[in-house]
Amino acid sequence: MSAVKSGLILLVALALLFLSAGSVEARESAWQDWGYVWKVLTLQSYNARLVILSTSLLGMASGLVGTFLLLRKRSLMGDVLSHAAYPGIGMAFLVMLLLGGEGKWLPGLLLGAAATGLLGVLMVLAIRNTTRLKDDAAMGIVMGVSFGLGVALMKMVSNLPQADAAGLNSFIYGTAASMIFGDFLLILVVTTGAALASLFLLKEFAILCFDESFAASQGWPTLFLDLAMLGLVTSVTVVGLQAVGLVLIIAFLIIPATAARFWTHDLRGMLALAAVIGGASGWIGSSLSALFADFPTGAVIVLVAAAIFLVSMLFGPARGVVPRSWRHARLRRKVGRQHLLRAAYEILEGQQPDVAEPIRNLPIALDSLMTHRSWSAQQINRLLRTARNEDHLEEAGPGQVRLSEAGFGEAARITRNHRLWELYLIRYADIAPSHVDRDADLVEHVLDAEVVDQLESELQDRPSSLEVPPSPHFIDQRAESQAIHRKA
Amino acid sequence: MNWSSLDTWTVAIGAICAVACALPGCFLVLRRMSMMGDAISHAVLPGLAAAFLITHSRVTVVMFVGAVCVGLLTAVFTQWISKSGKVDRGAAMGIVFTSLFALGLIMIRQSAQHVELDPSCVLYGSLEYCVLDIVRVGALEVPRAVLSTGTVMLANLLLCALLFKELRISSFDPALATTMGINANLMHYLLMAIVAVTTVAAFEAVGSIIVIAMLIVPPATALLLTNRLPFVLILSAVIGIASAFLGHLGALTVPPLFDLGDTVSSGMMAVAAGLLFCLAWLLAPQQGLLVRWFGRDLGYGEESQDFPEETV
Repeated sequence: MSAVKSGLILLVALALLFLSAGSVEARESAWQDWGYVWKVLTLQSYNARLVILSTSLLGMASGLVGTFLLLRKRSLMGDVLSHAAYPGIGMAFLVMLLLGGEGKWLPGLLLGAAATGLLGVLMVLAIRNTTRLKDDAAMGIVMGVSFGLGVALMKMVSNLPQADAAGLNSFIYGTAASMIFGDFLLILVVTTGAALASLFLLKEFAILCFDESFAASQGWPTLFLDLAMLGLVTSVTVVGLQAVGLVLIIAFLIIPATAARFWTHDLRGMLALAAVIGGASGWIGSSLSALFADFPTGAVIVLVAAAIFLVSMLFGPARGVVPRSWRHARLRRKVGRQHLLRAAYEILEGQQPDVAEPIRNLPIALDSLMTHRSWSAQQINRLLRTARNEDHLEEAGPGQVRLSEAGFGEAARITRNHRLWELYLIRYADIAPSHVDRDADLVEHVLDAEVVDQLESELQDRPSSLEVPPSPHFIDQRAESQAIHRKA
Repeated sequence: MNWSSLDTWTVAIGAICAVACALPGCFLVLRRMSMMGDAISHAVLPGLAAAFLITHSRVTVVMFVGAVCVGLLTAVFTQWISKSGKVDRGAAMGIVFTSLFALGLIMIRQSAQHVELDPSCVLYGSLEYCVLDIVRVGALEVPRAVLSTGTVMLANLLLCALLFKELRISSFDPALATTMGINANLMHYLLMAIVAVTTVAAFEAVGSIIVIAMLIVPPATALLLTNRLPFVLILSAVIGIASAFLGHLGALTVPPLFDLGDTVSSGMMAVAAGLLFCLAWLLAPQQGLLVRWFGRDLGYGEESQDFPEETV
């Protein structure tokens, strides 16, 4: 309950933040007419076309590879990679100058970035595999050190007399809005390659994600597969870094995959959904930033993805917060109803000293119901209200209730399930009769008819009938404690 | 190589920052939240923008408060997403800091048309310039950064000493901490508050490079060298100081070797910390690669992969 409450408070805070950003936006930009909006969204505007297509492609590809990262609990690898790529740019620049070439040749710089990025990833794996440090510490070390190295190298390089290294620094803060056709082609090739490769290796990656040691025991080359997976991530990250910037590519690798996780338990479905969410946030975000003058494209895309994530986290049917708490509340209601009915039945049993006689449905005092399971007045009122709504209970004078016909049958059935499970636990799990009540309580609410049948056949020597077996332990806690006191 | 008083101050400030970061960093590594420093360094942006938009001033104190608030918010959001959404904590952290950064970027873009607010230089100091910003304390002239980061370092030392037991138990075993009457949740947020204040103060003084490296690398190095938490804390502080000194030395001596211009001391301090880590990785007495590869015959057993040796 408190989690839901704090979640609500956080949501309000987030909404306020968004609103404060939104109010600025409303003041600044005039909304163009709908015809123009349509033109942008359907790619008829040339300016927007490249950006929208590139960001969507990147979103789809990083949604795919990000899913594997998420399942391997390495979502922040994109963060590490993009920092580890930084020194590579400076090094490639230096090497190309030494070889007598032009320092700012883009493919060379990209290659350098990919090389140190991959090296950084290898270091993470090496640290994780050969020390007691965990993934997160290994990533933090590699990221911090390579970021420092990158900054130091860049400063050294920028002082070179023959080099105009000014553009190098903006390399990691690539801006989507200034994309050219060559960038688009590069993105198209790399993302298509990464998508095809990850689909081709889907089975291998799946087994690696879910059970690495099983994969190893089955003879799969896990290290090689791990490297292949991280190689794909590296290629997507480096291309994305250059095209859309550091933060957007980190977000693209994490957010779509995490959002997709809330909708499905199936890996294929999750991959497809992550690609769709990544592509859609790229499409919508870059369209929006094309519509509003001077909105940074990357930032808008991240916020669109974040909004999709928030909706998924709240309402995604597989793991979303709201469906989960709804299922939880339903189970709690069911458990409460079963407890009330069983309490009523046990009280009726207590009023019937002769075991041989059938139990009669007499009115029950509310006080005895409350003390039976030490419910508070508030709890018992809520339970009684639901029971009345379900026609299990009817009024029987002041301070008294009576089970209805349906309620009495249901109570007998529930008590019977409880006793059967208790007997099973006593016989097969060796639980002491005085402790069995609580243990049975953990399971009895989810017993289905099949299990009950099985329990009956397990306890064969008992005459198979629909009667409720007597309780194997004292029910009245006070009577029990009195008995213990008397003995003492 | 000429060593001037400026160099001494640079090393001193770097060392103070390293110690201030390494102390809470130990607990971050133990709690497997090592990426928090990087997350906060990106996430503080909307805090700066909001503080500016609300007060229309660029006073450091206002910016500091805004940044610390958002730093804390990062921790709260991360906790909420990973707890109630059952998301891996790294992923939750990534979602939160990228979204906050994007939000901050938009806020700054929109407000910057009227006023000067450059995201890259509001809160991102530099080790090179902070030694020139001198204030007078009594008879002494010290860089202002020494005062700000020194205060944070002393506060961290004090907190780690006073709350050592609580921080230790709640880091290793939150359930045990709860049964012992320690509010593990409170300790979590206290640690996050310490990290937020420390990182923001250090960003403001010397930039983010030192912070991101010193928060994690010295504690991780110390964890390879010893099994006892008190020694981990002391060693990581020592390693932090050593990397500050070696880093600045490297910044002075390395570039001339390759005929390159001067470089950034903070970056070289991070590199020095990385080199010290590599040394420990190879040579650590019990867990070093050399001992593990060649020392099995000498009676050293295989190290376990967890942190079980710490006794409470």
